[in-house]
Amino acid sequence: MNRFELTRLPFIKKILKSRYPQLAVFIVMLVGYIFAILAGLIGSPVGSRNFSIVFVWIAWWAVLILVAVPFFGRGWCAVCPIPLPSEWLQRGAVLSPPDKKPKWFNLRWPKFLRNIWMQNISFLLLALFSSVLLTTPNITGIVLAAMLVAAIGLSMVFERRSFCRYLCPVGGFIGLYSQTAPIELRIKDKQVCVTCDGKPCYNGSENGYGCPWDVFPGGLTRNTYCGLCMECIRTCPHDNIAINLRPFSADLAKPSTRMDEAFKAFIMLGSSMIYAGVLLGPWGTFKDAAYNVGTSVWLVYVIIFLAIIFIILPGLFALGILKTKSALPLKQRFASLATALIPLGLMFWVAFSLSFVLTNASYIIASLSDPLGLGWNLFGTANAAWQPLLTTILAPAQTLALVGGLIWSARTAQKAADKIKTSSIPVIAFCFMTTLVMMWLLL
Amino acid sequence: MLHDYAGHDVAALVKRSELVSRILITVAIIGAVGTPLFIWARTPLIHARVAENGGWSPDVIHANANQPFTLHLTSDDVVHGFAVGQMDMQSVDVLPGKVTDITLKIDKPGIYTFFCTRWCGLNHWRMRGTIEVGGSSSAPGPAAVPMYVTLGLDIDAPHEAPVIPINRPSAISGQKLAANLPIDRSIDYYLKHSPYQVFDELSTTSLTESQRWDVVASIWQSNTTPESRANGQQLYTQNCAACHGENGAGNGVFADDLAAAGESSIQTMAGADSMTMQSPVDFTNPIRMLGASPALLQGKILRGGMGTGMPMWGSIFTEEQIWDLIAYLYSFQFDY
Repeated sequence: MNRFELTRLPFIKKILKSRYPQLAVFIVMLVGYIFAILAGLIGSPVGSRNFSIVFVWIAWWAVLILVAVPFFGRGWCAVCPIPLPSEWLQRGAVLSPPDKKPKWFNLRWPKFLRNIWMQNISFLLLALFSSVLLTTPNITGIVLAAMLVAAIGLSMVFERRSFCRYLCPVGGFIGLYSQTAPIELRIKDKQVCVTCDGKPCYNGSENGYGCPWDVFPGGLTRNTYCGLCMECIRTCPHDNIAINLRPFSADLAKPSTRMDEAFKAFIMLGSSMIYAGVLLGPWGTFKDAAYNVGTSVWLVYVIIFLAIIFIILPGLFALGILKTKSALPLKQRFASLATALIPLGLMFWVAFSLSFVLTNASYIIASLSDPLGLGWNLFGTANAAWQPLLTTILAPAQTLALVGGLIWSARTAQKAADKIKTSSIPVIAFCFMTTLVMMWLLL
Repeated sequence: MLHDYAGHDVAALVKRSELVSRILITVAIIGAVGTPLFIWARTPLIHARVAENGGWSPDVIHANANQPFTLHLTSDDVVHGFAVGQMDMQSVDVLPGKVTDITLKIDKPGIYTFFCTRWCGLNHWRMRGTIEVGGSSSAPGPAAVPMYVTLGLDIDAPHEAPVIPINRPSAISGQKLAANLPIDRSIDYYLKHSPYQVFDELSTTSLTESQRWDVVASIWQSNTTPESRANGQQLYTQNCAACHGENGAGNGVFADDLAAAGESSIQTMAGADSMTMQSPVDFTNPIRMLGASPALLQGKILRGGMGTGMPMWGSIFTEEQIWDLIAYLYSFQFDY
């Protein structure tokens, strides 16, 4: 397929191969991350005036879902500061070659958890509390701190980046959607890897650490679990690792048959629709139910939320493909065809996020001047008035995203169906119906 | 060129960069934690929250007499307001997540009450705190004893008018009738008598009941001024209307909630009578208002209605403001 190798450009190659540029970004990100935790805990409890809410749930989310994931796949994981302290602790060094002897327990991640079900659960846990999480600075501060602490704790017990790979609530869907991104890390020549002695990309060498994501780069065919940490570029003794530009959604040509990933697609699709209804819709009852965590109405909301994600959407999907002719059993067809929901879900999230990001982006300017709500005015913008941005293009942009997503998912469905020799029509019909619902919810 | 270096030199080189990296990360972490904490600790804010969530925090402020001091006010929830009682000051708004600075200077030592000036919630009037002003200037003189105390009025007992006018009394009609009557128009007489008591004293005259009420209205008018009633109206709108209603009928925006809260409160245990205490008084009701003297009303406003939602205003309003307010309250009964 048509690829353009970015690492052929000496400038890019140099930046990726050196540890320092990435370390510098890590440090800046870590400062921002810790500041967000502190701001959440000690700053104003008014969300729209607190750095933690404004920079995490508006600014970072906007960059993540509108830019980083669609265009750079796991690009966020490449600069996420969470592994920095935990890896230092785990390796006993920031830059120096790893010791042969592990510092801590260094256990293998349990086999039955080597999937993204834990990430599905961690995402859902946050999703069910999202109305409170997204608006209450100290809850955001606590959750951010808990993620950092969990990553540090796990790094002492298990080998490599087990938090990133198996637990991070964000990492799961970034991985799923990174398959659509026009960027990939792959080997250049398979034969070189086959004959490579010691596989330093996986096992580490004096030039760097063995793949923190527990992936053997030689076997990479999809972006899902490659964290773009660039270690293999540094460790490969044969210069056999490349970062490529490629067509969008190239990975989806080889549908996954994993149930955890299929359900991830349903979780993301369903939660974008529920959010659109609850957070942006006109129904006060739903909002109240989602906000009043712990009450009986909230429990009803939780049940409906989980039912939509685990029963209604997958049920309708399974019903649709039940009678189609295929040599494969239903379970495998289900998982393969759910691939079509990946571009659909991504574009649902883009459409949903456009609306709340453009509505609330002006808070970023005010929060920049007074991040803790202590009455500062660092850049003279502390009193900037709230002002929704680009209101005239919002609806057209959302329509474009949803229609584009539908076409994209239909094409993906056709390819996935061709691959397993079955009909794509029920899948396309499912995508069409959910898009109609999403349009009704958003527009 | 790696082999140009002796082995230990390479090791030293790696070590230095490693050391620098570790120091950088450590400094970054300490800075990211320490800087906000340090600045936060040095910026003492006074947080305003609805009374149910704690009201003012801190609610006691210390200051020195004759020395200006600045308060940094912020709201953690809704829009509140800030003002200090017994002082001639413009209240300021305290906005959610924003900081309002206000500089005050209090001349006399003493304990002052600051309070919320925005109808922030059902228990808005509970949002109060104190400013303890210390200083060496002469100790404040003893507070004047309120009139209801010197008169021995029981302000919690019912003071109802047994007779009420059929038509709304008119001060203008009363003025002409009163011109030739030998009646006491002094301020002292006005303050100590209820309209009904004056009406009753006029029974020796040849006037009809309706004419007597008109005369009462004229006496009330002559002891107040349009300015004082206007000032009273302004105070009423800002401070009283939330419960007693814009038109005085006891049906302000909080009235229903107060009654509901009263039902579930401990006072209900005393019986249905106590429950009615939770409903704001209706100033348009002549039985109540015509039976109450200005002195009685002053007592109720000063002290507040114990066990009811009626707050104590003595620490907030000046004596003059309370008389203005009372002058306005009677205009719910009389045409001036």
